[in-house]
Amino acid sequence: MVATPEIALTGEGAALEDAYPEPPVRRFEALHFAVRNAKLVVGLVVVLAFLVAAIAGPWLTDATPFEFGYPLGEPPSSAHWLGTTAPGQDVYSQFVYGLRSSFVVGALAATVAALLGMAIGFLGGYLGGVVDEVLSVITNIVLVIPTLAVLIIVSAYLSVGSVASEALLIGLTSWPWAARAIRAQTFSLASRDFVSLARLSGQGTVKVIAKEIAPNMSSYLFLTFILLFGGAVLIAATLDFLGLGPSQVMSLGLMLNNAVSNAALQLGMWWWFIPPGVGITAIVGGLYIMNVGLDEVFNPKLRRT
Amino acid sequence: MSLAVDNLRVYYRTLRGDVRALDGATFTVQDGEIMGVAGESGCGKTTLGKSLIRLDGRMRVAEGTVTLDGVELPIADDRAMDTYRFRHVSIVPQYAMSALNPIRRIGRMISELLSSRGVSYDETLPELRRRLALVGLEDDVLDRYPIELSGGMKQRVVMVLSTLMNPSLLVADELTSALDVSTQKAVAEMLVEFRDRGFVKSTIVITHDLSILYQIADTILVMYAGKLVEKGPAAEITEDPRHPYTRLLIASLPEVGVRFEERRLTGIAGRPPSLLRPPTGCRFRARCPLATEECAEEPPFVELAPGRHAACWKAAA
Amino acid sequence: MTRYLARKSLLYLLTFFVAVTIDWAIPRLMPGDPIDGLISRLQADSTASQELHGYFTESFGLDQPLWRQYANFWRGLAHGDLGPSIAYVGSSVSELIWAALPYTLALLVPAIILSYVAGNRVGAMAARRKVLDNTVLPFAYILTATPYVWLALVLAYFLAFKWGIFPVSGAYDFSLQPAWTWEFAWSFLQHWFLPFLTLFLVSFGGWAIGMRNLIIYELESEYSNYLQALGAPTTLVRKYAYGNAVLPQMSGLALALGAVVGGALVTEIVFGYPGIGTLIITALQNRDYFLLQGLFLLIIVGVLVANFVVDILYVVVDPRTRTGIQGS
Repeated sequence: MVATPEIALTGEGAALEDAYPEPPVRRFEALHFAVRNAKLVVGLVVVLAFLVAAIAGPWLTDATPFEFGYPLGEPPSSAHWLGTTAPGQDVYSQFVYGLRSSFVVGALAATVAALLGMAIGFLGGYLGGVVDEVLSVITNIVLVIPTLAVLIIVSAYLSVGSVASEALLIGLTSWPWAARAIRAQTFSLASRDFVSLARLSGQGTVKVIAKEIAPNMSSYLFLTFILLFGGAVLIAATLDFLGLGPSQVMSLGLMLNNAVSNAALQLGMWWWFIPPGVGITAIVGGLYIMNVGLDEVFNPKLRRT
Repeated sequence: MSLAVDNLRVYYRTLRGDVRALDGATFTVQDGEIMGVAGESGCGKTTLGKSLIRLDGRMRVAEGTVTLDGVELPIADDRAMDTYRFRHVSIVPQYAMSALNPIRRIGRMISELLSSRGVSYDETLPELRRRLALVGLEDDVLDRYPIELSGGMKQRVVMVLSTLMNPSLLVADELTSALDVSTQKAVAEMLVEFRDRGFVKSTIVITHDLSILYQIADTILVMYAGKLVEKGPAAEITEDPRHPYTRLLIASLPEVGVRFEERRLTGIAGRPPSLLRPPTGCRFRARCPLATEECAEEPPFVELAPGRHAACWKAAA
Repeated sequence: MTRYLARKSLLYLLTFFVAVTIDWAIPRLMPGDPIDGLISRLQADSTASQELHGYFTESFGLDQPLWRQYANFWRGLAHGDLGPSIAYVGSSVSELIWAALPYTLALLVPAIILSYVAGNRVGAMAARRKVLDNTVLPFAYILTATPYVWLALVLAYFLAFKWGIFPVSGAYDFSLQPAWTWEFAWSFLQHWFLPFLTLFLVSFGGWAIGMRNLIIYELESEYSNYLQALGAPTTLVRKYAYGNAVLPQMSGLALALGAVVGGALVTEIVFGYPGIGTLIITALQNRDYFLLQGLFLLIIVGVLVANFVVDILYVVVDPRTRTGIQGS
């Protein structure tokens, strides 16, 4: 073997030449590009705006989502900013409480799915061999089985009482793609020198993963989490629409369900079904666009476009 | 004279300003010359290689000219350079293993590339086959997908393809770094063979591995921190380095030349300077064991003897 | 190639096995007695329910040991027997499914294929034209973030109720009987269009975004750099990038199937389209567990078959799966 003078000379010094074509994202640069990335800024502003509405919105009204007794099916007015439903509920309060449910379900489900995906992806990608084979087969099976079908049948038997249990169900079924993506990343990191070094120095699997691998793909994990979040909000909306979500908690999907079953379409009550859809689309769309923006910030190759 | 580079400055645009990756290079490469470029990471050797064929999106030519066979190359104009690429200037990239489109049979890929450059594949095919045979590849590689070839085979395919138009200048960037030692040697010798057969006129071999240069290069150019440090015939550079940096570089390498064998591998203390705001004077000054006050003034890259250049006040002595 | 497909088939068989087991196990694992739930739906009288409970337990074989129940479940499946429907008294689950399936397929198959083709085209175009990238892409993001249900509602509200361009509900005019006539075909097409459009639009957004991002990645790849260093014109570089970007898109197609199927179900519900989705909501509302279990299996099998079709297409497109040599 020929020892390369490169290593001998620079030691751990800055590898300039490598750095310039594809610089490691320094904190300064990431922030610089972050505030100038229109996609990231727009996505973030939209998501934050709806988050604020979800947190503060309920304070602006005395009405609660399930409370009856308001005028029946009135269009938006100064008394009811988003109008009332056919049986006389306040749409605005349903909407802002529904937004809360969406954020809660998204955050919880994404957390569950991300933890599962990370556990399976890290272990499979790092350990390889039989463990990887078994985990891959499990991942692929869950990946192929349509999530919604499983959720429908499970929630049909097990009536879902709370947003948390709905989120748990969604999280338990939506991890596979994340596990696969994380596995692939881990796999490529596991062969790098610094990981081999840590492994050779006798550190345990968990420690190497936590100290060497996870920090080196933290931006990637963050992007994965955002996508899981958006996906969970959409799945929850579908479940709620089918009446399989918690019936005691207002959600945007439940609003759509009520609107359809009360013939809001036929009655022309657009204020009943337009807001929940706008809410879902804006949150999920904002997250997705934010994701692309962040990807461009983290990955210099994508920046020039 | 095949290639003449005159006062070439190529900068990288970064947020904090221009990084002077290549800061004033003047040298020539003769017809038939294989010139090795050596230096640490960040010395500007890769930037030099890229500026001769295709600039990276963040590079800009600040000054200087590149003349090939008496014609000035429009290196700053990506579109205009297309005319010269492949036919006059060509490259064997560092990433030769993954340089071939994975979803095309190699023959078809070459045929599509040739016809896009207005060259008939059918007319080129006999020569292509002859050259593949020369590097020890069977005809049927043309019917295979890249994934069916070994790393060494892909490397050879890329070398044959890159030189198919008999370019005047071939830039080989770290071409051996991904290969095992025995394949490295074979590939390096192939470069000599290609030159001997006239497939390429001049070759620039960029590498951090001096031992390869010692085997195949006619001349060696040593770079440091964006500047040319020393150039001369390969044997003279390795046996009688004039610049203190070259001496240390050679000394840090265990297997070049008998004289250095018993030497311990010693690194050079310190790091190359930042090229964002490079220091004045000799850039090696801070790490140089011989540095004196006169080094505060930048030493010119002067001809010490015919074909022998160095940029050091102490080199003449 | 055979190895590739054999591996995939094995995975699908395994998945099918797991799915059938889940389908069988879920009602038995869940708290509460499904028969009780069933009876309380059927009638309120408590003395009769005692007898009914025994009757149902026996007729569904729930008094037998578990392994036997499991074996029976597979046997029934092998004979295409998915049990009787509770919501539609007198119909078997398989009859109901066979009647509804063509409608769902009529929506899904064209929506999947057309959105995939159009999305890829538009995404590839956006990757090379900045104007398109800044105009079409934001729409694509909005579309892919839109819940199917809601897009269905919006389209139905504006295009059907408000402006009356399309009929609101059903698969054909109530005054008609399904027949091979022009009149029926026209009516069918009119009713089909909006649910189809819903599915098409949402999926289209996802494909366009995916393709655009993949092309940009591929243009940065090493084979692209090499081509450019050899002076290849942009058209050739783009062509290669597209060819390579199609592959992950195709794997994505297999993964997206589940989501589109889910979208079709809720879209059907909004438009009262008599397919699988409408059947599901009826089953849910009537606690028709046999029907639900049958529908679950149908969806799984459908998605598995579709996955297999995509795999075969993938083999056609990606030479690497055909060479039989595993990459290094």
